[in-house]
Amino acid sequence: LQLDFWLAPRGLGYPVDVRVPFPSLQPLKAHLEANGISYSIMIEDVQALVDHEKMEMFRSTRSQLPLSTSTFDYSSYHSLDEIYAFMDVLVAENPNLVSKLEIGRTTENRPIYVLKFSKGGTNRPAIWIDTGIHSREWVTQATGVWLAKKIVQDHENDGDLASILDKLDIFLEIVTNPDGFAFTQTQNRMWRKTRSKHSSSLCVGVDPNRNWDAGFGGSGASGNPCSETYHGPYANSEPEVKAIVDFVKNHGNIKAFISIHSYSQLLLYPYGYTRTPVPDQKELHEISEKAVAALSSLYGTNYKYGSIITTIYQASGGTIDWTYNQGIKYSFTFELRDTGRYGFLLPASQIVPTAQETWLALKVIMTHTRDHPY
Amino acid sequence: DISDAGLKYHLELVLEDILDNDSTVNCTAEVLYHSGNKNLAPDVQFTIHGELKNTDDADNIFYNRIKSLEKELVAENIPDSHGNVAPEMEPIRLLAWAASGYVIWQNSNENTDFQLAQIKHVKQVKRNDEYLEFDYMILLHDMASQEIIPWQMTVLWHPQHGVQVTQDSRQPKHELE
Repeated sequence: LQLDFWLAPRGLGYPVDVRVPFPSLQPLKAHLEANGISYSIMIEDVQALVDHEKMEMFRSTRSQLPLSTSTFDYSSYHSLDEIYAFMDVLVAENPNLVSKLEIGRTTENRPIYVLKFSKGGTNRPAIWIDTGIHSREWVTQATGVWLAKKIVQDHENDGDLASILDKLDIFLEIVTNPDGFAFTQTQNRMWRKTRSKHSSSLCVGVDPNRNWDAGFGGSGASGNPCSETYHGPYANSEPEVKAIVDFVKNHGNIKAFISIHSYSQLLLYPYGYTRTPVPDQKELHEISEKAVAALSSLYGTNYKYGSIITTIYQASGGTIDWTYNQGIKYSFTFELRDTGRYGFLLPASQIVPTAQETWLALKVIMTHTRDHPY
Repeated sequence: DISDAGLKYHLELVLEDILDNDSTVNCTAEVLYHSGNKNLAPDVQFTIHGELKNTDDADNIFYNRIKSLEKELVAENIPDSHGNVAPEMEPIRLLAWAASGYVIWQNSNENTDFQLAQIKHVKQVKRNDEYLEFDYMILLHDMASQEIIPWQMTVLWHPQHGVQVTQDSRQPKHELE
């Protein structure tokens, strides 16, 4: 009958709420009446309600698009449109430093944008940073926006950053999962995955951090399309992932790759899919120690660090396992604030402090990359 | 420590008052995960080495405020999408935190790592006796599987008698969302 329980049966005398697909209405009514079970109709047409709500939400979220990055509010969460508009304004204000690249399109045909920060040269060695690959981790996209502004603001007056940009380019993908992000704004704040449909399953979405070609499909990911860690039908099935894979391969000169998540307050390096330590384990561990110390120095925020599999859990098909195996030695993942008190629903007042402390850790990684060319 | 009944862990931890970062108290605990019946909640024995703060005043203020409401309290999405919690909802949230601790304990094993992610809905249920009753629909986040699990819980509270979860049940995930 494909009954969708909204309030599950829990015992005698307690009500049960159920959404009934149209074709099952008659059979269910007949069954209830035959068994003397009374019922009442709470909502005649769920679809009509949903459509109406969508329309209302669209109307009420008509917000001001940013006119300048100086008046942009970095201490609040923004919509996808606002972030995309911010990018264009940032580029317009700093055309000699920043450019916007479209690296692909999502399942729902949204453009996927990467900002490039460069002081010149041709195909310089580069640092890659991405935020928002898991759409519900809102502090990460917000941190990405702040980072973009910070790089522009400090690229001349901060000695470390200036010398980094003398040698390296920085690529920043702020909304790595635009479909998922839009979904968290309109339908389900806790949505993590992409919005693709691959199987005949009712369930939507693939975990973009299990879809990479590194131990793909192994332990630490799920083959169930309804799972939050569903790896997808095959590696790079997700256009959001494929776009980055293609970019990294075509660029050929990325030297550090940092993928930003929340929450848990961790700095992680590969591997997640196997217990075998990476050959560069010692160096990555030392960098992590320094980066975490720098982060903590600002507000005392405590981070743990280590390889993915020993610090958080086994995870296969992960981003930085793939990038490391591509030869990008300095591959790291951050899990930003907090440790569970607010979790994914981190108050906006913590966006800027989180971004500020994370920036200090990023500078440690970038400085090390600059000083250790390979 | 490993015994025949399962895996036993000895923990030393520091309890920190959420509302006052400087207020901490040391605690030791022993947790036994049963190897036989996996549906049994882990055994927990603990000792608090110190005093917990007295909250009588705040408790009574909250108790009297709810008791004197004309209409039953109803609220949703605490915190909201942006992490906001209205000040008058803070005690409702703290109560959910305490109650979800019980639900989490009863449903934990060595492969789970639950946190309270959000209160989707809370409704006060009027009672004739001195207790306050709230019917909560919460979301638990399991870090290990990354799943978000809706859970219903009925919570009783009284300033002198503390928190009780009288009923709780895991809810189905809405696959179409």
